[in-house]
Amino acid sequence: MSDLAQVSPRAFRWARRRASAAGFWRSLRRDKLALTSLVVLVLFVVLAVVAPWVSNRADFNVINTGDNPVWAKPSGQYLLGTDNYGRSVALQVLWGARVSLFVGVAATVLTIVLGTLVGISAGFFGGWIDAVLMRITDWFLVIPFLPFAIVLASVLGRSLWNIVFVIGITSWPSTARLVRSQVLSLRERLYVDRARALGGGRAHIIGRHILPNVTPLVLASTTLAVPISILTETTLAFLGLGDPTDVSWGGILDQARTAAAVTTNRWWYYLPPGVAIIMVVLAFTIFGRALEAILDPRLRDR
Amino acid sequence: MSARFLLRKVLGAISTLAFVVTVNFFLFRVVNDDPTATMYRGRNMKPEQIASLRQKFNLDGSKWEQYLAYLRQLLRGDLGLSMKGSREVSAVIGEAIWPTLLLVGCSTLLAMLGITLGYRAGWRRGSGFDTSATSFSMLTYAMPDFWIGMVALGLFSVKLGWFPVSGLEDPGSAATGISQLLDQLHHMALPAIVLALAYVGEYMIVARSAMIETLSEDYLQLARAKGLRDAEVRRRHAVPNARLPVVSLSAINFGFVVGGAIAVESLFSWPGIGQLTSLAVKGPDFPVLQGLFLLLSAAVILANLVADLLYSRLDPRAGGR
Amino acid sequence: MSVLELQDLHVTYRSEGGPVPAVRGVSLSLERGDTVGLAGESGCGKSTIAAAVLRLLPKGTEVSGKVLLDGEDVYAMKPGRLRAVRWTSAAIVFQGALHSLNPVRRVGNQIEEAILLHTAVSPRAARTRTGELLVKVGLPADRAQRYPHQLSGGQRQRVLIALALACDPKVLIADEPTTALDVMVQAQVLALLEELQREQGLSLLFITHDLSVLTTTCERLAVMYAGRIVEQGPGREVFAQPHHPYTRALAAAFPTIGDPASRMNPAGLAGDPPDPSALPSGCPFHVRCAVATAECSSLDVGLRVAAPGRSAACVHVEAAHV
Repeated sequence: MSDLAQVSPRAFRWARRRASAAGFWRSLRRDKLALTSLVVLVLFVVLAVVAPWVSNRADFNVINTGDNPVWAKPSGQYLLGTDNYGRSVALQVLWGARVSLFVGVAATVLTIVLGTLVGISAGFFGGWIDAVLMRITDWFLVIPFLPFAIVLASVLGRSLWNIVFVIGITSWPSTARLVRSQVLSLRERLYVDRARALGGGRAHIIGRHILPNVTPLVLASTTLAVPISILTETTLAFLGLGDPTDVSWGGILDQARTAAAVTTNRWWYYLPPGVAIIMVVLAFTIFGRALEAILDPRLRDR
Repeated sequence: MSARFLLRKVLGAISTLAFVVTVNFFLFRVVNDDPTATMYRGRNMKPEQIASLRQKFNLDGSKWEQYLAYLRQLLRGDLGLSMKGSREVSAVIGEAIWPTLLLVGCSTLLAMLGITLGYRAGWRRGSGFDTSATSFSMLTYAMPDFWIGMVALGLFSVKLGWFPVSGLEDPGSAATGISQLLDQLHHMALPAIVLALAYVGEYMIVARSAMIETLSEDYLQLARAKGLRDAEVRRRHAVPNARLPVVSLSAINFGFVVGGAIAVESLFSWPGIGQLTSLAVKGPDFPVLQGLFLLLSAAVILANLVADLLYSRLDPRAGGR
Repeated sequence: MSVLELQDLHVTYRSEGGPVPAVRGVSLSLERGDTVGLAGESGCGKSTIAAAVLRLLPKGTEVSGKVLLDGEDVYAMKPGRLRAVRWTSAAIVFQGALHSLNPVRRVGNQIEEAILLHTAVSPRAARTRTGELLVKVGLPADRAQRYPHQLSGGQRQRVLIALALACDPKVLIADEPTTALDVMVQAQVLALLEELQREQGLSLLFITHDLSVLTTTCERLAVMYAGRIVEQGPGREVFAQPHHPYTRALAAAFPTIGDPASRMNPAGLAGDPPDPSALPSGCPFHVRCAVATAECSSLDVGLRVAAPGRSAACVHVEAAHV
């Protein structure tokens, strides 16, 4: 540490980041449950990514399934059985992972970008900008989330990107509040004043001092926002608002209901997509909470 | 509670309602320029028919004029006409409100059992009971409510035959009085339990963390020193303080759950707001959706107001003193 | 027989970082009608003793030695007996009155609760008694209807005293009853406690970090450092003629009234109180001691008789007084 003065600021910063990443990994390794969740997540992502290589999208297109057995029970040939059109349920669930994960992540990114933008602007500029932005945020917080998403989706029409947009536009306010409070406490700290006194512009202060300090918290909140996005997509798709050209877990459940799989006791059609949803949502939630606990020690033992 | 505090809260609620009304107009008249388009798209309709349709749904004039007309219409309590059968939207929604309030009310009461469980879990933090309660609530949180419904339906109604599959009462039943009531309760049991399961975890978690917040308070130590039993310390001293955030949540949640029951109602063909919403989505019947959105938002705004007022009643320190 | 007696009391908290010995062998006795002062910096274990007397320590805390209330070992009591003894044999005037009163319950209600719990009286009688108690501590009886946040700091402290008196306890433990109060109110509260002690023949264990408060109030005084008593004797003598260098530093921290020299040059004590989980070797005070010798870092002496009725735990004691 004695030759600290000779190290360039950039190298010093990187060294510090490496050290904190190592510490982070150490804390994570102690949490077996969080680690298991991470493994589950990686597994689902890998499955979603390799789906086009290990299977053919056309294999469960209704046009091509005319010769398949209808309502086949799970067997060696059809791992999770078939539906009323003879389509393999396993294939549908596999491909459904792509849409569910994509919407979950894309909608979360939109949420985080919007929320961080509003939160930083409100917290950093203060004054009337803060007042106006927070009033709007409060309004959005009160609007019932699901009905708003449903109404918006039905007005905009059924497409994947519309779903992403709908979830993003309905869920940014809580992120904005979180980021704002974080920025407010940062602004009080000395080094921002020092950066300002040294003549750093606003962009410099935000980019160099505010963003890097807000990022860890935003990261944890991202991980916790993904499962909410996935659940919302599932509900929208179940209500028939999903993209008609794509298969998602909620969409499969919608079709299972339409095909009367529940009332005719064809459990293999509606159980697997639900189990997949639960696994992914649980994994994201557990991992996100572990992340949050590591990044914010005050939350431990809660 | 001071009059000023009350006034501030009520004004806040009104401003939020005004915002919702504007958003509502914006969604259905600006984003979606012509809500009647889906009615005549692909059909062979004469221009005068279209014109009369547009007039019927107040679509003539500039957006600003339409907005003012919409406001005037709302002030009269008029929500416009449904595209299906040209019935009054307010009448269509009015019919659906009671079944929903019944279902949501019962399921909320059931779900609020989670509050007691949460208090106990928090009081014995880290115990076996706490661990299982927390795991249970995380698990139910991860399940889409309608999927719980599908599984419950498949298991209890189809396989075991304990409950009817759908509806408010047996079709064609001429039962009245007690037997009609029992029939309706029988139909409501499964969807109510499903909704309660979907929400019990949230109540539990909030109650638990509110309890944990109070655990380290000095007044609990004093209560113990007085010679109170452990359960008495919890009931008389910890719970009244832990209750504050929980009561707010419960009131707010009630507003949200009305809109949250959409998928479950639709699954069980429960003739309430939720099923109406999912049918209006399928139509699409935009005037009905518009009315529903306004109603559901108003419910949440009202619930928030109630939560604020309740809080100030329960916490002697609040209330703008 | 003493109304309260501690015999070689050890209290060790459990924490993530290992055991924390907060009290390490304290023996102390309180006679009927007596006032004993217990002084020391924060973290020396004095508040732990207050909690230990009524067995209020967190679960998992290790306690050895004995706490005798009227000759009965508190740590051998069955739960029912323990609850009955709490507040009737000994009651505590807690510190930090804002946090010790339940914010969502009226103060009168909190006093009545104790009365109803321990005495077979009607709710009406309990209410009357609550009013009398409030009057006794110098508050109008109608303050019972107030919530804690509606009272001033001094009023809340008075309520806590009234609450402690609710069941006529034999022993009153006052745990820093005057911290966080301004000087005028401090003096009033102290005067009140003294008066009550005299009138009711209470036995008072007075815990504070403020040595000057104790000298006027207490017949006997014990000074604690790092979980042990390092000096003990009659209040006035200990303050006027300290034997232990720690007591000397504490006494010097308060200006002598009428002595300009001590006012202009208050002698503080350098350094922080030791961390109970990592005590220095030898005499735990040696790192801050002005007169420490080489042997102090390895030799930990117990209490030694310094004069009749006086004792101190310091190697210099015999040298000074033989």
